[in-house]
Amino acid sequence: MPKKEYLKKVMVIGSGPIIIGQAAEFDYAGSQACRALKEEGLEVVLVNNNPATIMTDTNMADRVYIEPMTVEFLEEIISKERPDGLIATLGGQAGLNLAVKLSEQGILEKYNVELLGTSLEAIERAEDRELFKETMNKLGEPIPESTIVEDVESAIAFANEIGYPLIVRPAYTMGGTGGGIADSQDELIDIVIKGLKYSMIGQVLIERSVAGWKEIEYEVMRDGNDNCITVCNMENFDPVGVHTGDSIVVAPSQTLTDHEYQMLRSASIRIIRELGIEGGCNAQYALDPNSNQYYVIEVNPRVSRSSALASKATGYPIAKVSAKIAIGYSLDEITNAVTQKTKACFEPALDYCVVKFPRWPFDKFVYADKTLGTQMKATGEVMSIDRNFEGAILKAVRSLEIGVHRLHMKKMNSWDDEKVLRHLYRVNDERIFVIAEAMRRGIASVDEIHNITKIDKWFLWKIEKIAIVEKRLQCEPLTPKLMFAAKDVGLADRSIAELTGKTADEIRTHRKTMGILPCYKMVDTCAAEFEAATPYYYSTFHAQEDEVDTKSQRRKVMVLGSGPIRIGQGVEFDYCSVHSVWALRKMGIEAIIVNNNPETVSTDFDISDRLYFEPLTPEDVLNIIDKEKPEGVIVQFGGQTAINLAASLQRAGVKVFGTSVEDIDRAEDRERFDELLTQVNIPRPQGISVTNVEDAVTGAAKIGYPVMVRPSYVLGGRAMEIVYNEEELLDYMGRAVQVTPDHPVLVDRYMQGTEVEVDAISDGVDVVIPGIMEHVERAGVHSGDSIAVYPPQTLSSKVIYTIIDYTKRLAVGLHVRGLMNIQYVVAHDEVFIIEVNPRSSRTVPFLSKVTDIQMVDVATQVALGSTLKELGFKQSGLVTPKPYVAVKAPVFSFNKMADVDISLGPEMKSTGEVMGIDYHYPRALYKAITGSGMNIPHNGTILFTVANKDKEEMKQLANAYSELGFKLVATEGTAKAIQEMGIDAEVVGKMHERSIDIIQMIKKGQIHMVINTMTQNQGKNVARDGFKIRRATVEHAIPCLTSLDTAWEVLRALSTLRGRRLVYSLAIQDYVGGGDDLA
Amino acid sequence: MNGKLILEDGSVFTGKLLNNIKATGEVVFNTGMTGYQEILTDPSYCRQIVTLTYPLIGNYGTAEKFMQSRKSFVNGFIIGELCEDGSNWQMKYSLTEFLTKQGIPCLYNVDTRAVTRKIRSVGCMKGIIVPEDATQSEIDELFAVPIKKEVVAEVTTPEKYRIESDKENAPEVVVMDFGIKQNILDSMHNLGCNLTVVPASTKAEEVLAMNPDGIFLSNGPGDPKDVPEVIEEVKKLIGKKPMFGICLGHQLISLALGADTYKLKFGHRGSNQPVKNLLNNRVHISSQNHGYAVDEKSLANLPLEVTHINVNDGTVEGVRHKELPLFCVQYHPEASPGPDDNMYLFDQFWTMLTGENK
Repeated sequence: MPKKEYLKKVMVIGSGPIIIGQAAEFDYAGSQACRALKEEGLEVVLVNNNPATIMTDTNMADRVYIEPMTVEFLEEIISKERPDGLIATLGGQAGLNLAVKLSEQGILEKYNVELLGTSLEAIERAEDRELFKETMNKLGEPIPESTIVEDVESAIAFANEIGYPLIVRPAYTMGGTGGGIADSQDELIDIVIKGLKYSMIGQVLIERSVAGWKEIEYEVMRDGNDNCITVCNMENFDPVGVHTGDSIVVAPSQTLTDHEYQMLRSASIRIIRELGIEGGCNAQYALDPNSNQYYVIEVNPRVSRSSALASKATGYPIAKVSAKIAIGYSLDEITNAVTQKTKACFEPALDYCVVKFPRWPFDKFVYADKTLGTQMKATGEVMSIDRNFEGAILKAVRSLEIGVHRLHMKKMNSWDDEKVLRHLYRVNDERIFVIAEAMRRGIASVDEIHNITKIDKWFLWKIEKIAIVEKRLQCEPLTPKLMFAAKDVGLADRSIAELTGKTADEIRTHRKTMGILPCYKMVDTCAAEFEAATPYYYSTFHAQEDEVDTKSQRRKVMVLGSGPIRIGQGVEFDYCSVHSVWALRKMGIEAIIVNNNPETVSTDFDISDRLYFEPLTPEDVLNIIDKEKPEGVIVQFGGQTAINLAASLQRAGVKVFGTSVEDIDRAEDRERFDELLTQVNIPRPQGISVTNVEDAVTGAAKIGYPVMVRPSYVLGGRAMEIVYNEEELLDYMGRAVQVTPDHPVLVDRYMQGTEVEVDAISDGVDVVIPGIMEHVERAGVHSGDSIAVYPPQTLSSKVIYTIIDYTKRLAVGLHVRGLMNIQYVVAHDEVFIIEVNPRSSRTVPFLSKVTDIQMVDVATQVALGSTLKELGFKQSGLVTPKPYVAVKAPVFSFNKMADVDISLGPEMKSTGEVMGIDYHYPRALYKAITGSGMNIPHNGTILFTVANKDKEEMKQLANAYSELGFKLVATEGTAKAIQEMGIDAEVVGKMHERSIDIIQMIKKGQIHMVINTMTQNQGKNVARDGFKIRRATVEHAIPCLTSLDTAWEVLRALSTLRGRRLVYSLAIQDYVGGGDDLA
Repeated sequence: MNGKLILEDGSVFTGKLLNNIKATGEVVFNTGMTGYQEILTDPSYCRQIVTLTYPLIGNYGTAEKFMQSRKSFVNGFIIGELCEDGSNWQMKYSLTEFLTKQGIPCLYNVDTRAVTRKIRSVGCMKGIIVPEDATQSEIDELFAVPIKKEVVAEVTTPEKYRIESDKENAPEVVVMDFGIKQNILDSMHNLGCNLTVVPASTKAEEVLAMNPDGIFLSNGPGDPKDVPEVIEEVKKLIGKKPMFGICLGHQLISLALGADTYKLKFGHRGSNQPVKNLLNNRVHISSQNHGYAVDEKSLANLPLEVTHINVNDGTVEGVRHKELPLFCVQYHPEASPGPDDNMYLFDQFWTMLTGENK
């Protein structure tokens, strides 16, 4: 029983949508916490508007509210649920900020809700810069000289006193939004202005920069009895200066003496004690590489990305233990879940090396500034484990799925030495690859690279060691000794193949005949001191004993996970993987999962029967299969990552459950897919597949511009664009893709119509369609960036009937066994197919939740051979739509990525999503839009600036906004169009027109929303005013709608809800259970 | 050169042999992730072959300042990767240089997790380090070498010496050195004590003749029952002066008061052992290195009460006398390596010596 026995009902706040700086780690933390609380017999109320999460499943909490995470909604939910306590430290910065507001506004007090775990006072002392400084001064813990300013003038004054470089950090933000390093007064002014804007309390901290020092982190736990432990420490490969979320990180620290390790550990414990944190906490330090001097950089009084990493790196479930502490347990009363014998009051001992590598979205945002600094840019990360650093770093590199399998980027082959040397000075996503390249070429010594990068020599020696073996592979015969040396430094078969001019399969066979096989070891929290009950595993070639016993009486099936979170492949696929594992376990089958993402639920130690923390490459997965000998593998839930492995696995003789590899290929191969469509008689927009630039140009001319171009086999519309003329097409072919016979490019007619998305489950005979989703934005905006509405609001019965019919035909024609996702475009009441993905999709969690059909569970059973009839689906077709409406809206992280154009197009840009659900469509829409963080104004001024092609359509829209009482301003051409309607629209100049500077107006807060469509005929590389205006809206956090469709729907929400109650909430259990619909 | 570790039960672990030095000893493992030099120079490991579970060793080199005694007394060192060079501003020598200079037999590139798992399941046992091509007779010969029992005599200071505090009216402490770690001396010196460090063979009368304010019994190697003559002297000291003991010192005090000790299956060696203070229910993480423990059952009817227990296995980690100013702990509050959470015990000793709170 919890010590606080009066607690019966506890509320947990989640972290909302995935954004840069706040990703799946909080689904992991939240799910773990919910389970820990339920285990104690508590009733759990959960609030999180991210439908893609496990934590918003109805089996995770007794009451799940997928409602906007605003104070108004939270108050409504609290007043209904009357929880006894609230846990706020598990939902990231978003959850914490919300709890702070609830407390400040007296809502917690009003409803008598106890804030559990870390007190608000402790949170403030850690987060408020001034209070933090005071606390550290009191403790005698050194912090860099700093000041807090609320205006630019004070910032300059401080700089004049201390000198540059200076670090600027806004107070109360996550992922370092709005921060940066200033080397000059100009830079300082710029960063401070932005920082003030992003800080919730209008404060920024300016401090002396200790760039180049070692960056060390500690994860600390404290209970209400003042017991403290450190879970683990971590050392950043990248010295201070790069945000820890953008740094390569190792655990435990490698270059610290015991004295240094203990010095910082003791400091962490002093800090957590003084702050009075109850639960988990993260402390970051800068350690002078040349003395014992250190500074405390930051303390996070909550569960964080680092704590998720620390949990996975050690096996110590920080979130679970934090939740238990929050309800009154002390550390020595909590069982160590991995050993089941010892207690949570100990410090994990690692007997392996962990590497975390960030996953950046620069493959999507090709124009983004790739420089790494204090503002985090990564969307996700991978983690790897090995007995040495070399093995771990190379595992991490090949887990990234960025087209590399060792510390080598093909493009650098064409760089001359001078360019390589020049790039050593750049701090960006490619730095470690440049370092390896320089070593391979022998053009810079470890000492020289250390002097340039300040990266500790220990790490550089390791990279050098890999480079030396690579060179040997290129010139020496591949003896068993050399093969072993290559595997010992972690080189993949594929890398060895590349260096020796063989194929990966040949190397694999050769290696196996030499008897060089990996051993599997356990992560057990205690370095083998105690026996482990629920460990997880990693491979190593650096060992003598394989200790993993795979004998089992039960059937065994392997589920492949989805790897790092990236744009286009987010937490949704982890949701699917986890549900597939659960379905298998429910069927009495032993579920084995392979994944490399430390932020996820799927890599939690007790989700599957066996977890392998390994890269998702053919070699790594086949090695596990060789060992485990599962009956087969399920690939349809791990996104494109898992699908991409299907063919190699099948070639190696592995059974792939569900839709066959052959049929997957038929869906993805353009020509074969066309054949299928002809067979089943379904129309698609005219298109061709080309393998060279000339064919692309002729093809496009034949189809007629505008055309949609993209590489085949992609997810999230990577490098997909609409081009309007030949010039743009040529630009695209040169920049975004490398077209080769192996990598064709697809050129399709661009159809402007309504986009519709369907997820279906088929057993090859019957087809169940849980729901149809209609997109608000017309075709051309990537489905992941569109607002999707369930059930459709505007489609005719005829269209819906056609969609059902086509879906059935496609499912049967493709012999789908399991899930499939289809995108249609509806133009003039005619339905065309855009694409089919014979796998789970981004919308599966959303649809599962709103339709109450456990889609992954059903699909898993079907993939293993059950029929839909056996599973209780009496007939094929669309499941009767629910009486409520659910809206899925995208969430972007543009404020983290300077130089990225925010306008919507075929290339996916969103990092996450939210859901709004209600019995009334406009309110569901309102919930989704406000929940996505868009500050929709209820009155004020709207700026219109639209492309010529949109002017006609825009007129009605302008009229409607005007009628709602908005003041309109517009750029010259747009204003003219509006004025033609007899509506007032003040003309505002573009920037190069000196009259009125729109950017200035945005800065001054004179514009409250912008409606802007892209001017296509200017070409994409023309320096655009539009781009600058759009970026200004991001910097100043005002909504900018780049699709007129979105603008119409926002209008609809605004006008319908005017004067009505906006805040109305129900638990998802009420909706699907058909409860209270009298809103 | 290739080498191997052979355990008494016949299991063999392969690796690379540094400097071709053979060894016989009791194979134990330590789970600390840092502090290899402190471990190597902790005299309590005398005659043992120490296996480190953390696989990357030598990363930050070695330096005199981390020495815990005048030299290393280990009989062998079993590790994973041996870092050829080290990277740390304090480094004076690489670990390889240190091992060579100290003449420590070292087998590296070993699957130390496998060794650990073996010891965990079978218990600590005798083992030998030999070159790969060692003959059976060489192996038999090495196994025939008995593990020496006179280890305290080997590690204790040969001569009495003083460490003076520069503080006025510093309390006088006689430190009985059974293999003391440098940081215990430093910790007490930092408190402000004058220390007279005496050899393990020092008689009680000699100690009392110095009229100290307190007596400290240090850590040290081996089975406490192997030094019955010391236990006899401790018996004579108990009750005469405030007394504090660490590790072997704790065992000797307990034995002197009539308690019993026993050998643990594979001991406690590492920097992460949780110890619960029963007097205030607080748990602290401790540095530990012991193969023997005081039997809790044997404490019944003795004037001793258990003050500390190990959270993992419930074994006795500290006792105090019910009436006399005497307390002792099984673990290492002085850390080095390991966490310094338990420095409060030195403060407690200070209070016992001076009557004032630190």
